[in-house]
Amino acid sequence: MKAAVIVFPGSNCDRDVKVALEASIGAPVEMVWHGGHDLPKTDLIVLPGGFSYGDYLRCGSMAANSPIMREVADAANGGTPVMGICNGFQILLETGLLPGALLSNAGLKFICRDVHLSVENSDTSFTSGYRPGDVIRVPVAHHDGQYFADENTLDRMEENAQIAFRYVEGDVPGPANPNGSARDIAGVFNTSKTVLGMMPHPERASDPTHGGNDGRAMFDGLINALS
Amino acid sequence: MKARVHVYLKNGVLDPQGKAISTALDHLGFDGVDNVRQGKLIELELAEKDRVKAQKNVDQMCQKLLANMVIENYSIELVD
Repeated sequence: MKAAVIVFPGSNCDRDVKVALEASIGAPVEMVWHGGHDLPKTDLIVLPGGFSYGDYLRCGSMAANSPIMREVADAANGGTPVMGICNGFQILLETGLLPGALLSNAGLKFICRDVHLSVENSDTSFTSGYRPGDVIRVPVAHHDGQYFADENTLDRMEENAQIAFRYVEGDVPGPANPNGSARDIAGVFNTSKTVLGMMPHPERASDPTHGGNDGRAMFDGLINALS
Repeated sequence: MKARVHVYLKNGVLDPQGKAISTALDHLGFDGVDNVRQGKLIELELAEKDRVKAQKNVDQMCQKLLANMVIENYSIELVD
């Protein structure tokens, strides 16, 4: 199977996610520059973390209007799975491929530590590597990760099982919810469950040498589901 | 023509920066400041001379890029 990682000016987690994907796929992942319209036909598209366009105007707002995003949106609407991590999540929200928005962390600080996530919906290709209610430990590193949507939207999302991950208590010191996200939401799906956005970084917990390997099951499960 | 666009958070959206500013003002000894909300001012120099067209264009700019309509509202002021 084939995967592509989109690279924006200021993306900095593109290589990490490439390494994580290749470990699960066993074949090279294509890096696609944002500036053109050459999106190869792939089974999976990943928008990586980082600070695309220096977070100018709003995080992800400029990248959402990059030339390649027209093709990415077409692919997503055609059913190609798309996964956005951290800044990638912000970009997907700005394009409207996912509902809601991300605000500055409630505490106004950049948070860089592990969190515990409960897998709310394991019935998707992205989360098929987990069982429902599994709790995983992955790092976050963000300043603007406070998920927001109005109450009606949140209720609808809950009904449609669009909540992918929630922050939960664990043995990591500090509040379970690091940024004040509504309903402790750490990641969401679109209605068809073909697009995922999450603030935490599974690619940084996908190898024993990372000090945590809980993210590996995500990539293995995803690749398995798509192959 | 110049367009001055104010982008501000919708009511009901938490503004942690506004809260931090409010706390800082309090520490500086300014009493009676109840609520602080921080927004943005974006100024655009437009070649368009027709006010109606300019308003329409800038409105679309706001909808598409300058404001995130999920959490923000905007107002446009045209200045000759």
